[in-house]
Amino acid sequence: MKRSNQYLFMGLIGLAVAIAATQPALADAKNAVGFPVHAPRPWEWWFQPAASPIQKNIDWLMQFVLWLMAGVVGLVGLLLGIVIVRFRASKNPVASTTTHNTLIEVVWTVVPALLLIVIFVPSLNLIYEQSNYKHSYMTVKVTGHQWYWEYDYPTAKGVDFTSYPVPDNQIKPGQIARLSVDHPLVVPANKKIVFKITSSDVLHSFFIPSLGVQRYAIPGQYWKQWTQIDAPGVYYGECNQICGMNHDNMPIEIVALPMKEFQAWLAEAKADAAQGNVPPVHKYEVLALKAAAQKAASAGTAGIALASAGPAETTR
Amino acid sequence: MSATALHDAHGEHAHHQPGFFRRWVMSTNHKDIGTLYITWAIIAAIEGGVLSMIMRAQLAHPNNTLVTSGQAWNAIVTAHGLLMIFFFVMPALIGGFGNWMVPMMIGAPDMAFPRLNNMSFWFLFMAFIFVNLGLLVGAGSGVGWTLYPPLSDITYQPGVATDFTLFSLHLAGISSLLGAINFIATILNMRAPGMTMHKMPLFVWSMLVTAFLLLLAIPVLAGAITMLIMDRNFGTSFFEPAGGGDPVLFQHLFWFFGHPEVYIMILPAFGVISHVVSTFSKKPIFGYLGMVYAMVAIGFVGFVVWAHHMFVSGVSMDSKVYFEAATLVIAVPTGVKVFSWIATMWGGSIELKTPMIWAIGFIFMFVLGGATGVVLANAGLDTELHNTYFVIAHFHYVLSMGSVFAIFAGFYYWIGKMYGQPYPEAAAKLHFWLFFIGVNLTFFPQHFLGLAGMPRRYPDYPVAFAGWNYVSSVGAMISGVSTLVFFYILFKIFTGKQTLAANYWGEGATTLEWTVPSPAPHHTFEDVPVIR
Repeated sequence: MKRSNQYLFMGLIGLAVAIAATQPALADAKNAVGFPVHAPRPWEWWFQPAASPIQKNIDWLMQFVLWLMAGVVGLVGLLLGIVIVRFRASKNPVASTTTHNTLIEVVWTVVPALLLIVIFVPSLNLIYEQSNYKHSYMTVKVTGHQWYWEYDYPTAKGVDFTSYPVPDNQIKPGQIARLSVDHPLVVPANKKIVFKITSSDVLHSFFIPSLGVQRYAIPGQYWKQWTQIDAPGVYYGECNQICGMNHDNMPIEIVALPMKEFQAWLAEAKADAAQGNVPPVHKYEVLALKAAAQKAASAGTAGIALASAGPAETTR
Repeated sequence: MSATALHDAHGEHAHHQPGFFRRWVMSTNHKDIGTLYITWAIIAAIEGGVLSMIMRAQLAHPNNTLVTSGQAWNAIVTAHGLLMIFFFVMPALIGGFGNWMVPMMIGAPDMAFPRLNNMSFWFLFMAFIFVNLGLLVGAGSGVGWTLYPPLSDITYQPGVATDFTLFSLHLAGISSLLGAINFIATILNMRAPGMTMHKMPLFVWSMLVTAFLLLLAIPVLAGAITMLIMDRNFGTSFFEPAGGGDPVLFQHLFWFFGHPEVYIMILPAFGVISHVVSTFSKKPIFGYLGMVYAMVAIGFVGFVVWAHHMFVSGVSMDSKVYFEAATLVIAVPTGVKVFSWIATMWGGSIELKTPMIWAIGFIFMFVLGGATGVVLANAGLDTELHNTYFVIAHFHYVLSMGSVFAIFAGFYYWIGKMYGQPYPEAAAKLHFWLFFIGVNLTFFPQHFLGLAGMPRRYPDYPVAFAGWNYVSSVGAMISGVSTLVFFYILFKIFTGKQTLAANYWGEGATTLEWTVPSPAPHHTFEDVPVIR
């Protein structure tokens, strides 16, 4: 019985490894023109690389708490292992009758309490930092709708546009199925940006993992969340609160630009808005799509197939 | 189902022998009602399990088309959660083991209110019908088990399915309330002479605390869903912003119920594990008083932590700080329980029989799930983890490996007492190992998916999440196979023809249910037991 359990377990590990081997390996995330892409990666087992000060802090605190907790789990596992080996009926036929030990009971109450204080104190800094909306460069009003996002720039008159997912069958090389949108939210890099988040219908959640941003979109209320994106790049997120039948197809795409480029984009967007047009798709994206298409053509592969294989394949 | 065996073992008594209808539909005997609960829990678990197999099959690959509509997916997600919580875990632990064991453990002839007990079960039965109507009628009720408005309002869930789901929760709530009243009355008033509160077995203590949690939490849920039903059907706007209502109010009310509900599902499991660990270590429980007051503390603090489910919803910074601190506090009494179990085993003479293996599995898996719970208690980290698969992994570690492991531990521990036949040991161990590997393979990779940012309640996902999802689905199929082994075990038990001693576990099993024959006779005690 015991031996067969072992074989079964080893067989399953083997199976998992075999499955892993058939999948594409982790690749660096840059798109066709060297513009960094922050999207989930295959076989990822940690956060997406942090791209904002808040997410760096989240990443740090997570490692801190998780290592402490791994220690606790390891200790319990070790104690259980010792107990199972040392106090088997075959090894220890006569059980002790000890049922109390005040000292050890105090220790295992006080030590965990101290451990929690050690976790609580640094976690306060994170909460306070997340709630510090002062000295922001700009505010974007984000509205969740069934099933798309709307971005409104209160300081740029008329710049208020919707952002729908690109349908699976219209994904171009360089885009990511279920993450790319027709009109991404465009913001400057290295500036503090406050999102004022609300909804026009049901609850949604505005969630961009690589930036450490998440807040519910609640109809009738505004809730704020800020970020400061470290470097120009494309950042992906998804709606993260059940919102009806297309909940899984309501992605968020943010393009962060250097300040000069952003201002150029904003001027263009204002001019377009004055004529009732939607905002321009930024040239980074256009360049990326062109380069990816060229690469796909030279490799003799269908662009769609490449695109559906995920960021690791499409962004080289 | 155990009619024959019960009457054989009990033939000399002149009690009436009711027919099938009188015995199982009009039952007032705590053991028969407990059997009904356990039977129904198994049926609901099979349905909830089939739904989870459908979900894992859909998620095995991106672009799958097994479940074609998002609404159908959401309805399945909703039904899976409600079935597993209200119709599997709670009926198995509280209605099933609670009904069977509490009167026997305290030396009482039956529950305090036998007819109320019967009513409680049939309310649950009707609730089960209604939750299925919510799944199957029209487009189904695609709101998630948390029922958050506005998605659950009539505008976004037209059709009667969501009303069925809400009505089902009302019925299940009434059932739980009646059960809770019954347990409190029984435990406080019907203990045998000499059984003071501080001599009560830990399973009875766990049921007492659970009953108080139900009594205080369920009415809040009932209020919230009544308001939701009014919003849907009678034009009120408790949660409707356009009419001055507030969707966040519902979240507060729901989680004021919902968080104690989490402990309602795990405290009876703690009780079961304490008995199993003590029995198979052949040692009394270590730190009995600490164990008791740890449960009381968990029950108490469990009422003041609810908004940690709402860290990225409508709560302010100061609320985050408070609810994080309060939530972390729960780890202390939980730690006391875990270390006391290990100390009970320390110095013991441990028999690794099937119930004990489930119990050890429970302790380790529950600690792992508790560790990720401490992570999630951090409001700052929850910004990144809320609603991702990390949360799914966390609560399945404490539920489908915590509560469910305890249910199986209790099942293998007590089935001989309940039915009078032993389970096949080798098959039961195979069941454990298959299930253990299956659930770990299912849920451990979900931590990774959550860290990478995969949201919950998605029928399809970006292709980058494909790898771990496939591993997770393979794990789910292995747990599915383990269930077939469990059916074989049930078959062997119910076709068995052996006789079992009153105390078939030997010296370690010291509570009163082991002093009566196996299976326990219809009327438990010939004389009132006296506890020294």
